[in-house]
Amino acid sequence: MTSTLPDLTATPYDVEGVRRDFAILSREVNGRPLVYLDNASSTHKPRQVLDAERAFLEQHYSNVHRGVHTLSQEATDGYEQARTTVASFIGARHDDVVFTKNVTEAINLVAYSMGNAPAGSQFHLGAGDEICVTEMEHHSNLVPWQLLAQRTGATLRWLPLTDEGRLDLTELDAVVNERTKILAFTHQSNLLGTINPVDVLVRRAHAVGALVLLDAAQSVPHFPVDVTALGVDFLAFTGHKLVGPTGVGVLWGRGELLAEMPPFMGGGSMIEVVEMASSTYAPPPERFEAGTPVISQAIGLAAACDYLSAVGLDKIAAHEAALTARLLDGLRRIDGVRVIGPDTTEMRGSAVSFVIDGVHPHDVGQTLDEVGVAVRVGHHCAAPVCRRYAVPATARASSYLYNTPSEIDALLEGIEHVKRFWGAA
Amino acid sequence: MTEGSNESLYQEIILDHYRNPHHKGLRDPFDIEVHHVNPTCGDEVTVRVKVVDGQVQDVSYDGQGCSISQASTSVMTDLVIGRKIDDAMEKAEAFLTLMQSRGTLEPDEDVLEDGIAFAGVSRYPARVKCALLGWMAWKDATAQAVAHTAEEAS
Ligand SMILES: Cc1ncc(COP(=O)(O)O)c(C=O)c1O
Repeated sequence: MTSTLPDLTATPYDVEGVRRDFAILSREVNGRPLVYLDNASSTHKPRQVLDAERAFLEQHYSNVHRGVHTLSQEATDGYEQARTTVASFIGARHDDVVFTKNVTEAINLVAYSMGNAPAGSQFHLGAGDEICVTEMEHHSNLVPWQLLAQRTGATLRWLPLTDEGRLDLTELDAVVNERTKILAFTHQSNLLGTINPVDVLVRRAHAVGALVLLDAAQSVPHFPVDVTALGVDFLAFTGHKLVGPTGVGVLWGRGELLAEMPPFMGGGSMIEVVEMASSTYAPPPERFEAGTPVISQAIGLAAACDYLSAVGLDKIAAHEAALTARLLDGLRRIDGVRVIGPDTTEMRGSAVSFVIDGVHPHDVGQTLDEVGVAVRVGHHCAAPVCRRYAVPATARASSYLYNTPSEIDALLEGIEHVKRFWGAA
Repeated sequence: MTEGSNESLYQEIILDHYRNPHHKGLRDPFDIEVHHVNPTCGDEVTVRVKVVDGQVQDVSYDGQGCSISQASTSVMTDLVIGRKIDDAMEKAEAFLTLMQSRGTLEPDEDVLEDGIAFAGVSRYPARVKCALLGWMAWKDATAQAVAHTAEEAS
Protein backbone atom coordinates (compact mmCIF):
# COMPACT_ATOMS: atom_id res chain seq x y z
CA MET A 1 0.00 0.00 0.00
CA THR A 2 3.08 2.16 0.02
CA SER A 3 3.61 2.11 -3.75
CA THR A 4 3.91 5.52 -5.23
CA LEU A 5 1.26 6.71 -7.60
CA PRO A 6 2.24 8.11 -10.98
CA ASP A 7 3.04 11.79 -10.98
CA LEU A 8 1.22 13.15 -13.95
CA THR A 9 1.03 16.75 -12.92
CA ALA A 10 4.17 17.64 -14.87
CA THR A 11 2.98 16.59 -18.31
CA PRO A 12 -0.47 16.71 -19.86
CA TYR A 13 -0.63 12.95 -20.10
CA ASP A 14 2.34 10.67 -19.58
CA VAL A 15 1.12 7.49 -21.22
CA GLU A 16 4.59 5.94 -21.13
CA GLY A 17 4.71 6.53 -17.38
CA VAL A 18 1.35 4.81 -17.01
CA ARG A 19 2.49 1.89 -19.17
CA ARG A 20 5.48 1.25 -16.94
CA ASP A 21 3.07 0.37 -14.13
CA PHE A 22 1.53 -2.45 -16.19
CA ALA A 23 4.12 -5.20 -16.56
CA ILE A 24 2.03 -7.25 -18.98
CA LEU A 25 2.07 -4.49 -21.57
CA SER A 26 5.71 -5.22 -22.35
CA ARG A 27 5.15 -8.84 -23.32
CA GLU A 28 5.04 -10.17 -26.83
CA VAL A 29 2.33 -12.14 -28.58
CA ASN A 30 3.22 -14.20 -31.63
CA GLY A 31 6.56 -12.47 -31.87
CA ARG A 32 5.05 -8.99 -31.89
CA PRO A 33 4.64 -6.46 -29.09
CA LEU A 34 1.25 -6.98 -27.47
CA VAL A 35 -1.31 -4.38 -28.55
CA TYR A 36 -4.07 -4.84 -25.99
CA LEU A 37 -7.32 -3.34 -27.23
CA ASP A 38 -9.79 -5.53 -25.36
CA ASN A 39 -10.32 -3.23 -22.40
CA ALA A 40 -14.10 -3.17 -22.63
CA SER A 41 -13.92 -6.85 -21.76
CA SER A 42 -11.36 -6.57 -19.00
CA THR A 43 -8.38 -4.41 -18.12
CA HIS A 44 -4.89 -5.05 -16.84
CA LYS A 45 -3.79 -4.27 -13.32
CA PRO A 46 -0.99 -1.88 -12.38
CA ARG A 47 1.60 -2.95 -9.84
CA GLN A 48 0.04 -0.52 -7.32
CA VAL A 49 -3.10 -2.67 -7.28
CA LEU A 50 -1.16 -5.92 -7.05
CA ASP A 51 1.08 -4.48 -4.32
CA ALA A 52 -1.88 -3.26 -2.28
CA GLU A 53 -3.58 -6.65 -2.37
CA ARG A 54 -0.37 -8.44 -1.57
CA ALA A 55 0.58 -6.08 1.28
CA PHE A 56 -2.88 -6.49 2.80
CA LEU A 57 -2.71 -10.28 2.56
CA GLU A 58 0.82 -10.42 3.93
CA GLN A 59 0.28 -8.02 6.83
CA HIS A 60 -3.36 -7.55 7.78
CA TYR A 61 -5.49 -10.35 6.41
CA SER A 62 -8.14 -12.14 8.39
CA ASN A 63 -11.92 -12.47 8.12
CA VAL A 64 -13.82 -9.22 8.64
CA HIS A 65 -16.58 -8.20 11.04
CA ARG A 66 -16.10 -11.38 13.05
CA GLY A 67 -13.56 -11.07 15.80
CA VAL A 68 -11.75 -9.10 18.40
CA HIS A 69 -8.22 -10.11 17.60
CA THR A 70 -5.84 -7.61 16.08
CA LEU A 71 -5.79 -8.95 12.55
CA SER A 72 -9.57 -9.17 12.48
CA GLN A 73 -9.75 -5.51 13.45
CA GLU A 74 -7.09 -4.47 10.93
CA ALA A 75 -8.74 -6.44 8.15
CA THR A 76 -12.12 -4.93 9.00
CA ASP A 77 -10.61 -1.44 9.00
CA GLY A 78 -8.92 -2.10 5.67
CA TYR A 79 -12.12 -3.45 4.16
CA GLU A 80 -14.23 -0.56 5.41
CA GLN A 81 -11.59 1.95 4.34
CA ALA A 82 -11.75 0.38 0.88
CA ARG A 83 -15.49 0.97 0.92
CA THR A 84 -14.92 4.63 1.78
CA THR A 85 -12.40 5.01 -1.05
CA VAL A 86 -14.68 3.37 -3.59
CA ALA A 87 -17.63 5.43 -2.36
CA SER A 88 -15.81 8.72 -2.72
CA PHE A 89 -14.60 7.64 -6.18
CA ILE A 90 -18.24 7.89 -7.31
CA GLY A 91 -19.28 10.72 -4.99
CA ALA A 92 -21.20 8.41 -2.65
CA ARG A 93 -21.56 7.84 1.09
CA HIS A 94 -19.74 4.92 2.68
CA ASP A 95 -22.88 3.11 3.82
CA ASP A 96 -24.49 3.22 0.41
CA VAL A 97 -21.84 1.08 -1.27
CA VAL A 98 -22.31 -2.70 -1.36
CA PHE A 99 -19.51 -4.98 -2.50
CA THR A 100 -20.61 -7.77 -4.82
CA LYS A 101 -18.85 -10.30 -7.00
CA ASN A 102 -19.23 -8.21 -10.17
CA VAL A 103 -21.71 -5.91 -11.84
CA THR A 104 -23.80 -8.89 -12.89
CA GLU A 105 -24.35 -9.82 -9.25
CA ALA A 106 -25.04 -6.19 -8.35
CA ILE A 107 -27.86 -6.01 -10.91
CA ASN A 108 -29.22 -9.40 -9.86
CA LEU A 109 -29.15 -8.20 -6.26
CA VAL A 110 -31.62 -5.43 -7.08
CA ALA A 111 -33.74 -7.66 -9.30
CA TYR A 112 -34.00 -10.43 -6.69
CA SER A 113 -34.57 -8.00 -3.84
CA MET A 114 -37.45 -6.51 -5.80
CA GLY A 115 -38.78 -9.99 -6.39
CA ASN A 116 -38.68 -10.59 -2.63
CA ALA A 117 -40.54 -7.40 -1.77
CA PRO A 118 -44.01 -7.86 -0.25
CA ALA A 119 -47.13 -6.28 -1.72
CA GLY A 120 -47.38 -2.67 -0.69
CA SER A 121 -43.63 -2.12 -0.80
CA GLN A 122 -42.37 0.34 -3.40
CA PHE A 123 -40.16 -2.47 -4.73
CA HIS A 124 -43.03 -4.90 -5.24
CA LEU A 125 -43.94 -5.93 -8.77
CA GLY A 126 -46.85 -7.86 -10.12
CA ALA A 127 -49.04 -8.33 -13.17
CA GLY A 128 -49.74 -4.96 -14.75
CA ASP A 129 -46.41 -3.51 -13.67
CA GLU A 130 -43.63 -2.91 -16.16
CA ILE A 131 -39.86 -3.18 -16.19
CA CYS A 132 -38.06 -1.15 -18.81
CA VAL A 133 -34.64 -1.72 -20.35
CA THR A 134 -33.08 -0.77 -23.68
CA GLU A 135 -32.19 -2.75 -26.77
CA MET A 136 -28.48 -2.06 -26.19
CA GLU A 137 -28.08 -3.80 -22.84
CA HIS A 138 -25.40 -6.29 -21.96
CA HIS A 139 -27.04 -9.64 -21.16
CA SER A 140 -26.20 -8.85 -17.51
CA ASN A 141 -28.68 -5.99 -17.55
CA LEU A 142 -31.29 -7.82 -19.59
CA VAL A 143 -31.60 -11.42 -18.43
CA PRO A 144 -32.04 -10.58 -14.70
CA TRP A 145 -35.03 -8.40 -15.67
CA GLN A 146 -36.46 -11.08 -17.94
CA LEU A 147 -36.27 -13.45 -14.97
CA LEU A 148 -37.85 -10.90 -12.64
CA ALA A 149 -40.69 -10.36 -15.11
CA GLN A 150 -41.23 -14.13 -15.32
CA ARG A 151 -41.25 -14.51 -11.54
CA THR A 152 -43.62 -11.64 -10.85
CA GLY A 153 -45.87 -11.50 -13.90
CA ALA A 154 -44.64 -8.00 -14.72
CA THR A 155 -44.09 -7.02 -18.36
CA LEU A 156 -40.65 -6.32 -19.82
CA ARG A 157 -40.44 -3.42 -22.25
CA TRP A 158 -37.52 -1.76 -23.97
CA LEU A 159 -36.43 1.38 -25.73
CA PRO A 160 -35.33 0.63 -29.32
CA LEU A 161 -32.23 1.86 -31.17
CA THR A 162 -31.75 4.18 -34.12
CA ASP A 163 -29.75 3.25 -37.20
CA GLU A 164 -26.94 5.47 -35.86
CA GLY A 165 -26.57 3.36 -32.76
CA ARG A 166 -28.33 5.67 -30.32
CA LEU A 167 -31.38 5.18 -28.14
CA ASP A 168 -34.54 6.00 -30.05
CA LEU A 169 -36.43 8.17 -27.56
CA THR A 170 -39.36 9.12 -29.77
CA GLU A 171 -41.64 6.75 -27.83
CA LEU A 172 -40.00 7.40 -24.46
CA ASP A 173 -43.18 8.70 -22.85
CA ALA A 174 -45.15 5.66 -23.97
CA VAL A 175 -42.52 3.08 -23.07
CA VAL A 176 -41.68 4.60 -19.69
CA ASN A 177 -45.10 5.24 -18.16
CA GLU A 178 -47.09 5.12 -14.93
CA ARG A 179 -46.85 1.32 -14.89
CA THR A 180 -43.04 1.35 -15.04
CA LYS A 181 -41.50 0.24 -11.75
CA ILE A 182 -37.88 0.36 -12.77
CA LEU A 183 -35.88 1.60 -15.75
CA ALA A 184 -32.53 -0.17 -16.07
CA PHE A 185 -30.10 0.95 -18.74
CA THR A 186 -26.44 1.16 -19.55
CA HIS A 187 -24.49 4.37 -19.20
CA GLN A 188 -22.24 3.38 -22.08
CA SER A 189 -22.89 0.50 -24.46
CA ASN A 190 -20.15 -2.10 -24.40
CA LEU A 191 -20.79 -2.96 -28.06
CA LEU A 192 -21.73 0.34 -29.70
CA GLY A 193 -19.72 2.69 -27.50
CA THR A 194 -22.77 4.95 -27.22
CA ILE A 195 -23.06 7.10 -24.09
CA ASN A 196 -26.70 7.49 -23.13
CA PRO A 197 -28.41 10.72 -22.03
CA VAL A 198 -28.89 9.80 -18.38
CA ASP A 199 -30.58 13.12 -17.54
CA VAL A 200 -33.37 12.69 -20.09
CA LEU A 201 -34.11 9.14 -18.97
CA VAL A 202 -33.94 9.92 -15.25
CA ARG A 203 -36.29 12.88 -15.68
CA ARG A 204 -38.90 10.75 -17.43
CA ALA A 205 -38.55 7.81 -15.06
CA HIS A 206 -38.84 9.93 -11.95
CA ALA A 207 -41.77 11.85 -13.41
CA VAL A 208 -43.72 8.57 -13.47
CA GLY A 209 -42.35 7.33 -10.14
CA ALA A 210 -40.07 4.64 -11.57
CA LEU A 211 -36.73 3.69 -10.05
CA VAL A 212 -33.61 4.03 -12.20
CA LEU A 213 -30.72 1.57 -12.24
CA LEU A 214 -27.65 2.53 -14.23
CA ASP A 215 -25.25 -0.13 -15.49
CA ALA A 216 -22.04 1.87 -15.19
CA ALA A 217 -19.65 -0.99 -16.02
CA GLN A 218 -18.39 0.91 -19.05
CA SER A 219 -18.55 4.44 -17.67
CA VAL A 220 -17.06 4.49 -14.16
CA PRO A 221 -13.69 3.24 -15.50
CA HIS A 222 -13.52 5.83 -18.24
CA PHE A 223 -14.77 9.23 -17.08
CA PRO A 224 -15.71 10.98 -13.84
CA VAL A 225 -19.02 9.66 -12.51
CA ASP A 226 -20.85 11.25 -9.60
CA VAL A 227 -23.93 9.40 -8.40
CA THR A 228 -25.56 12.52 -6.98
CA ALA A 229 -25.10 14.53 -10.15
CA LEU A 230 -26.53 11.68 -12.24
CA GLY A 231 -29.66 11.50 -10.11
CA VAL A 232 -30.08 7.75 -10.54
CA ASP A 233 -31.32 5.44 -7.76
CA PHE A 234 -28.94 2.53 -8.24
CA LEU A 235 -25.60 2.33 -10.01
CA ALA A 236 -23.51 -0.77 -10.57
CA PHE A 237 -20.02 -1.43 -11.87
CA THR A 238 -17.35 -4.07 -11.91
CA GLY A 239 -13.77 -3.94 -10.61
CA HIS A 240 -11.91 -5.80 -13.33
CA LYS A 241 -12.80 -3.25 -16.00
CA LEU A 242 -11.20 -0.45 -14.00
CA VAL A 243 -7.69 -1.80 -13.51
CA GLY A 244 -8.93 -3.63 -10.40
CA PRO A 245 -9.13 -7.32 -9.53
CA THR A 246 -11.69 -9.80 -10.74
CA GLY A 247 -14.22 -11.02 -8.20
CA VAL A 248 -15.36 -7.64 -6.96
CA GLY A 249 -18.14 -5.36 -8.12
CA VAL A 250 -20.14 -2.54 -6.61
CA LEU A 251 -23.77 -1.74 -6.13
CA TRP A 252 -24.47 1.80 -5.05
CA GLY A 253 -28.00 2.66 -3.97
CA ARG A 254 -29.67 5.68 -2.47
CA GLY A 255 -29.46 5.25 1.29
CA GLU A 256 -33.19 5.52 1.88
CA LEU A 257 -33.89 2.93 -0.80
CA LEU A 258 -31.31 0.43 0.41
CA ALA A 259 -32.75 0.83 3.92
CA GLU A 260 -36.18 -0.29 2.66
CA MET A 261 -35.00 -3.02 0.31
CA PRO A 262 -35.39 -6.65 1.39
CA PRO A 263 -32.31 -8.89 1.30
CA PHE A 264 -31.29 -10.88 -1.74
CA MET A 265 -29.15 -13.63 -0.23
CA GLY A 266 -29.35 -14.85 3.32
CA GLY A 267 -26.44 -15.96 5.47
CA GLY A 268 -23.82 -14.78 7.89
CA SER A 269 -23.07 -11.06 8.35
CA MET A 270 -26.38 -9.85 6.95
CA ILE A 271 -28.42 -10.51 10.09
CA GLU A 272 -29.40 -8.82 13.33
CA VAL A 273 -31.32 -11.32 15.44
CA VAL A 274 -31.59 -14.89 14.28
CA GLU A 275 -34.27 -17.19 15.72
CA MET A 276 -34.96 -20.70 14.52
CA ALA A 277 -38.04 -19.64 12.59
CA SER A 278 -37.06 -16.20 11.35
CA SER A 279 -34.51 -13.39 11.49
CA THR A 280 -34.14 -9.69 11.30
CA TYR A 281 -31.61 -8.11 9.04
CA ALA A 282 -28.66 -5.79 9.41
CA PRO A 283 -28.86 -2.31 7.93
CA PRO A 284 -27.18 -1.72 4.55
CA PRO A 285 -24.56 -2.32 3.33
CA GLU A 286 -24.15 -5.49 5.48
CA ARG A 287 -27.71 -6.61 4.70
CA PHE A 288 -26.61 -7.19 1.12
CA GLU A 289 -23.25 -8.83 1.83
CA ALA A 290 -24.20 -12.29 3.04
CA GLY A 291 -21.27 -14.54 3.87
CA THR A 292 -17.57 -13.71 3.95
CA PRO A 293 -17.24 -10.82 1.50
CA VAL A 294 -14.63 -10.24 -1.20
CA ILE A 295 -12.02 -8.86 1.17
CA SER A 296 -8.67 -8.58 -0.55
CA GLN A 297 -10.36 -7.86 -3.87
CA ALA A 298 -12.07 -4.87 -2.27
CA ILE A 299 -8.65 -3.66 -1.10
CA GLY A 300 -7.40 -4.06 -4.67
CA LEU A 301 -10.41 -2.22 -6.04
CA ALA A 302 -9.78 0.71 -3.72
CA ALA A 303 -6.17 0.81 -4.90
CA ALA A 304 -7.45 0.82 -8.49
CA CYS A 305 -9.72 3.79 -7.70
CA ASP A 306 -6.77 5.59 -6.11
CA TYR A 307 -4.65 4.84 -9.15
CA LEU A 308 -7.23 6.20 -11.59
CA SER A 309 -7.81 9.26 -9.39
CA ALA A 310 -4.09 9.98 -9.34
CA VAL A 311 -3.90 9.76 -13.13
CA GLY A 312 -7.10 11.79 -13.34
CA LEU A 313 -10.36 10.55 -14.82
CA ASP A 314 -10.77 13.66 -16.93
CA LYS A 315 -7.28 13.18 -18.37
CA ILE A 316 -8.06 9.54 -19.08
CA ALA A 317 -11.29 10.54 -20.81
CA ALA A 318 -9.48 13.10 -22.98
CA HIS A 319 -6.74 10.61 -23.83
CA GLU A 320 -9.29 7.98 -24.81
CA ALA A 321 -11.27 10.46 -26.88
CA ALA A 322 -8.15 11.26 -28.90
CA LEU A 323 -7.46 7.56 -29.47
CA THR A 324 -11.09 6.95 -30.43
CA ALA A 325 -11.03 9.83 -32.91
CA ARG A 326 -7.84 8.43 -34.46
CA LEU A 327 -9.40 4.99 -34.74
CA LEU A 328 -12.71 6.17 -36.20
CA ASP A 329 -10.84 8.35 -38.66
CA GLY A 330 -8.57 5.48 -39.70
CA LEU A 331 -11.47 3.04 -40.09
CA ARG A 332 -13.31 5.55 -42.27
CA ARG A 333 -10.36 5.50 -44.68
CA ILE A 334 -10.35 1.72 -45.12
CA ASP A 335 -12.69 0.42 -47.81
CA GLY A 336 -15.02 -2.35 -46.79
CA VAL A 337 -14.96 -1.53 -43.07
CA ARG A 338 -18.16 -0.52 -41.32
CA VAL A 339 -18.43 0.80 -37.78
CA ILE A 340 -21.42 -0.52 -35.81
CA GLY A 341 -22.28 2.40 -33.54
CA PRO A 342 -21.81 6.17 -33.60
CA ASP A 343 -18.99 7.15 -35.93
CA THR A 344 -18.06 10.39 -34.19
CA THR A 345 -16.61 10.86 -30.71
CA GLU A 346 -19.66 12.82 -29.61
CA MET A 347 -21.42 11.07 -26.70
CA ARG A 348 -19.44 7.89 -27.30
CA GLY A 349 -16.71 6.05 -25.50
CA SER A 350 -13.72 4.05 -26.64
CA ALA A 351 -15.43 0.76 -27.49
CA VAL A 352 -15.53 0.65 -31.29
CA SER A 353 -17.22 -2.28 -33.01
CA PHE A 354 -16.59 -2.87 -36.69
CA VAL A 355 -17.11 -5.42 -39.41
CA ILE A 356 -15.01 -6.06 -42.50
CA ASP A 357 -16.91 -7.02 -45.65
CA GLY A 358 -16.43 -10.65 -46.53
CA VAL A 359 -14.41 -11.58 -43.44
CA HIS A 360 -16.10 -13.12 -40.44
CA PRO A 361 -15.27 -11.33 -37.15
CA HIS A 362 -13.80 -14.54 -35.75
CA ASP A 363 -11.31 -14.65 -38.60
CA VAL A 364 -10.64 -10.93 -38.15
CA GLY A 365 -9.79 -11.47 -34.49
CA GLN A 366 -7.63 -14.52 -35.14
CA THR A 367 -5.70 -12.84 -37.94
CA LEU A 368 -5.15 -9.72 -35.83
CA ASP A 369 -3.86 -11.94 -33.01
CA GLU A 370 -1.23 -13.23 -35.41
CA VAL A 371 0.21 -9.72 -35.47
CA GLY A 372 -0.11 -9.25 -31.71
CA VAL A 373 -3.30 -7.18 -31.70
CA ALA A 374 -5.90 -8.30 -29.14
CA VAL A 375 -9.50 -7.33 -29.93
CA ARG A 376 -12.69 -9.04 -28.88
CA VAL A 377 -14.89 -10.78 -31.42
CA GLY A 378 -18.38 -12.16 -31.02
CA HIS A 379 -21.68 -10.69 -29.86
CA HIS A 380 -20.09 -9.17 -26.74
CA CYS A 381 -22.91 -10.46 -24.53
CA ALA A 382 -25.28 -8.14 -26.37
CA ALA A 383 -26.81 -10.46 -28.96
CA PRO A 384 -29.92 -8.31 -29.55
CA VAL A 385 -27.67 -5.43 -30.64
CA CYS A 386 -26.06 -7.63 -33.30
CA ARG A 387 -29.51 -8.68 -34.45
CA ARG A 388 -30.63 -5.05 -34.60
CA TYR A 389 -27.79 -4.18 -36.95
CA ALA A 390 -28.05 -7.46 -38.90
CA VAL A 391 -24.53 -8.67 -38.16
CA PRO A 392 -23.78 -12.10 -36.69
CA ALA A 393 -20.99 -10.66 -34.58
CA THR A 394 -18.48 -7.81 -34.62
CA ALA A 395 -14.83 -7.20 -33.90
CA ARG A 396 -14.40 -4.63 -31.15
CA ALA A 397 -11.38 -2.54 -30.27
CA SER A 398 -11.52 -0.68 -26.97
CA SER A 399 -8.72 1.52 -25.72
CA TYR A 400 -7.92 2.63 -22.21
CA LEU A 401 -5.54 4.80 -20.25
CA TYR A 402 -2.44 2.84 -21.28
CA ASN A 403 -3.00 2.64 -25.02
CA THR A 404 -1.05 4.78 -27.46
CA PRO A 405 -1.68 6.33 -30.87
CA SER A 406 0.86 3.95 -32.38
CA GLU A 407 -1.17 1.02 -31.06
CA ILE A 408 -4.22 2.39 -32.87
CA ASP A 409 -2.05 2.58 -35.99
CA ALA A 410 -0.95 -1.02 -35.42
CA LEU A 411 -4.60 -2.06 -35.35
CA LEU A 412 -5.33 -0.13 -38.54
CA GLU A 413 -2.34 -1.76 -40.26
CA GLY A 414 -3.54 -5.08 -38.88
CA ILE A 415 -6.93 -4.53 -40.51
CA GLU A 416 -5.21 -3.91 -43.86
CA HIS A 417 -3.33 -7.15 -43.31
CA VAL A 418 -6.59 -8.98 -42.55
CA LYS A 419 -8.07 -7.69 -45.80
CA ARG A 420 -5.02 -8.82 -47.78
CA PHE A 421 -4.95 -12.25 -46.15
CA TRP A 422 -8.63 -12.87 -46.75
CA GLY A 423 -8.60 -11.27 -50.17
CA ALA A 424 -11.41 -8.91 -49.27
CA ALA A 425 -12.33 -5.67 -51.03
CA MET B 1 3.74 -11.92 -39.49
CA THR B 2 5.24 -15.39 -39.46
CA GLU B 3 3.48 -17.16 -42.28
CA GLY B 4 4.08 -20.56 -40.72
CA SER B 5 2.14 -19.83 -37.55
CA ASN B 6 -0.90 -18.59 -39.41
CA GLU B 7 -0.77 -21.47 -41.84
CA SER B 8 -1.04 -23.88 -38.97
CA LEU B 9 -4.58 -22.63 -38.46
CA TYR B 10 -5.61 -21.32 -41.85
CA GLN B 11 -4.44 -24.15 -44.10
CA GLU B 12 -4.94 -23.68 -47.83
CA ILE B 13 -7.44 -26.57 -47.86
CA ILE B 14 -9.54 -24.76 -45.26
CA LEU B 15 -9.46 -21.53 -47.24
CA ASP B 16 -10.46 -23.45 -50.40
CA HIS B 17 -13.48 -25.02 -48.75
CA TYR B 18 -14.40 -21.65 -47.23
CA ARG B 19 -14.29 -19.84 -50.57
CA ASN B 20 -15.83 -22.69 -52.59
CA PRO B 21 -17.97 -24.75 -50.22
CA HIS B 22 -19.16 -28.18 -51.34
CA HIS B 23 -22.83 -29.24 -51.22
CA LYS B 24 -23.92 -25.89 -49.85
CA GLY B 25 -27.56 -24.78 -50.20
CA LEU B 26 -30.61 -26.49 -48.73
CA ARG B 27 -32.03 -29.27 -50.90
CA ASP B 28 -35.06 -31.53 -51.10
CA PRO B 29 -35.85 -34.27 -50.34
CA PHE B 30 -34.85 -34.55 -46.70
CA ASP B 31 -36.01 -36.37 -43.58
CA ILE B 32 -34.88 -33.97 -40.88
CA GLU B 33 -33.68 -30.40 -40.70
CA VAL B 34 -31.83 -29.02 -37.68
CA HIS B 35 -30.49 -25.60 -36.78
CA HIS B 36 -27.45 -25.32 -34.55
CA VAL B 37 -25.80 -22.20 -33.20
CA ASN B 38 -22.57 -21.46 -31.45
CA PRO B 39 -23.79 -19.10 -28.73
CA THR B 40 -20.38 -17.60 -28.03
CA CYS B 41 -19.84 -16.23 -31.52
CA GLY B 42 -23.21 -16.35 -33.24
CA ASP B 43 -22.19 -18.84 -35.94
CA GLU B 44 -25.15 -20.82 -37.19
CA VAL B 45 -25.87 -23.67 -39.53
CA THR B 46 -28.99 -25.37 -40.84
CA VAL B 47 -28.44 -28.98 -41.89
CA ARG B 48 -30.79 -31.28 -43.79
CA VAL B 49 -30.28 -35.02 -43.93
CA LYS B 50 -31.81 -37.70 -46.14
CA VAL B 51 -31.12 -41.31 -45.14
CA VAL B 52 -32.13 -44.34 -47.20
CA ASP B 53 -31.49 -47.95 -46.22
CA GLY B 54 -28.89 -47.14 -43.58
CA GLN B 55 -27.06 -44.84 -45.93
CA VAL B 56 -26.54 -41.07 -45.89
CA GLN B 57 -28.10 -40.24 -49.22
CA ASP B 58 -27.79 -36.47 -49.01
CA VAL B 59 -26.67 -33.73 -46.66
CA SER B 60 -27.33 -30.13 -47.53
CA TYR B 61 -26.77 -27.05 -45.46
CA ASP B 62 -26.80 -23.33 -45.19
CA GLY B 63 -25.20 -21.15 -42.61
CA GLN B 64 -23.15 -18.21 -41.69
CA GLY B 65 -20.01 -18.15 -39.72
CA CYS B 66 -16.27 -17.99 -39.70
CA SER B 67 -13.96 -19.74 -42.15
CA ILE B 68 -13.39 -22.63 -39.77
CA SER B 69 -17.06 -23.45 -39.21
CA GLN B 70 -18.00 -23.08 -42.86
CA ALA B 71 -15.04 -25.00 -44.24
CA SER B 72 -15.45 -27.76 -41.70
CA THR B 73 -19.11 -28.21 -42.65
CA SER B 74 -18.15 -28.40 -46.31
CA VAL B 75 -15.53 -31.07 -45.58
CA MET B 76 -18.06 -32.94 -43.47
CA THR B 77 -20.49 -33.24 -46.38
CA ASP B 78 -17.72 -34.68 -48.58
CA LEU B 79 -16.95 -37.27 -45.94
CA VAL B 80 -20.46 -38.47 -45.09
CA ILE B 81 -22.58 -38.25 -48.24
CA GLY B 82 -23.05 -41.64 -49.87
CA ARG B 83 -21.63 -43.51 -46.91
CA LYS B 84 -23.19 -46.09 -44.60
CA ILE B 85 -24.43 -44.27 -41.51
CA ASP B 86 -22.13 -46.33 -39.26
CA ASP B 87 -19.07 -45.45 -41.36
CA ALA B 88 -20.05 -41.80 -41.42
CA MET B 89 -20.51 -41.78 -37.65
CA GLU B 90 -17.04 -43.27 -37.31
CA LYS B 91 -15.64 -40.39 -39.32
CA ALA B 92 -17.47 -37.97 -37.07
CA GLU B 93 -15.87 -39.68 -34.07
CA ALA B 94 -12.44 -39.49 -35.68
CA PHE B 95 -12.90 -35.79 -36.36
CA LEU B 96 -14.10 -35.15 -32.81
CA THR B 97 -11.07 -36.99 -31.42
CA LEU B 98 -8.79 -34.93 -33.61
CA MET B 99 -10.42 -31.72 -32.42
CA GLN B 100 -9.98 -32.69 -28.79
CA SER B 101 -6.32 -33.58 -29.26
CA ARG B 102 -4.82 -30.15 -28.55
CA GLY B 103 -2.44 -30.66 -31.44
CA THR B 104 -1.06 -33.97 -30.21
CA LEU B 105 -2.61 -36.27 -32.80
CA GLU B 106 -1.35 -37.14 -36.28
CA PRO B 107 -4.57 -37.37 -38.27
CA ASP B 108 -5.22 -40.29 -40.62
CA GLU B 109 -5.70 -38.95 -44.13
CA ASP B 110 -7.35 -42.20 -45.25
CA VAL B 111 -10.12 -41.58 -42.72
CA LEU B 112 -10.48 -37.83 -42.67
CA GLU B 113 -9.26 -36.79 -46.15
CA ASP B 114 -9.43 -32.96 -46.30
CA GLY B 115 -10.42 -33.03 -42.64
CA ILE B 116 -6.78 -33.46 -41.67
CA ALA B 117 -6.29 -29.77 -42.49
CA PHE B 118 -8.10 -29.01 -39.23
CA ALA B 119 -5.44 -30.65 -37.05
CA GLY B 120 -4.02 -27.20 -36.28
CA VAL B 121 -7.41 -25.94 -35.12
CA SER B 122 -7.24 -28.30 -32.16
CA ARG B 123 -4.48 -26.07 -30.75
CA TYR B 124 -6.90 -23.14 -30.59
CA PRO B 125 -9.52 -24.15 -28.01
CA ALA B 126 -11.60 -21.07 -28.80
CA ARG B 127 -12.02 -22.31 -32.38
CA VAL B 128 -12.71 -26.01 -31.78
CA LYS B 129 -16.42 -25.30 -31.35
CA CYS B 130 -16.40 -23.58 -34.74
CA ALA B 131 -14.90 -26.67 -36.37
CA LEU B 132 -17.45 -28.95 -34.72
CA LEU B 133 -20.59 -26.91 -35.43
CA GLY B 134 -21.56 -28.57 -38.72
CA TRP B 135 -20.52 -32.03 -37.57
CA MET B 136 -22.66 -31.82 -34.44
CA ALA B 137 -25.63 -30.59 -36.43
CA TRP B 138 -25.20 -33.47 -38.87
CA LYS B 139 -24.96 -36.05 -36.08
CA ASP B 140 -28.07 -34.64 -34.45
CA ALA B 141 -30.04 -34.61 -37.71
CA THR B 142 -28.90 -38.11 -38.66
CA ALA B 143 -29.80 -39.58 -35.29
CA GLN B 144 -33.23 -38.02 -35.59
CA ALA B 145 -33.60 -39.21 -39.17
CA VAL B 146 -32.75 -42.77 -38.15
CA ALA B 147 -35.32 -42.67 -35.35
CA HIS B 148 -37.82 -41.11 -37.70
CA THR B 149 -37.42 -43.74 -40.44
CA ALA B 150 -37.54 -46.52 -37.84
CA GLU B 151 -40.84 -45.11 -36.60
CA GLU B 152 -42.26 -44.93 -40.11
CA ALA B 153 -41.25 -48.49 -40.82
CA SER B 154 -42.94 -49.82 -37.69
C1 LIG C 1 -22.19 -2.75 -19.89
C2 LIG C 1 -21.80 -4.00 -19.19
N1 LIG C 1 -22.60 -4.52 -18.25
C3 LIG C 1 -22.27 -5.64 -17.59
C4 LIG C 1 -21.10 -6.32 -17.83
C5 LIG C 1 -20.80 -7.57 -17.05
O1 LIG C 1 -19.67 -7.44 -16.26
P1 LIG C 1 -19.28 -8.62 -15.25
O2 LIG C 1 -19.09 -9.82 -16.11
O3 LIG C 1 -18.02 -8.16 -14.61
O4 LIG C 1 -20.40 -8.79 -14.30
C6 LIG C 1 -20.25 -5.81 -18.80
C7 LIG C 1 -18.98 -6.48 -19.16
O5 LIG C 1 -18.85 -7.61 -19.52
C8 LIG C 1 -20.60 -4.64 -19.50
O6 LIG C 1 -19.81 -4.15 -20.45
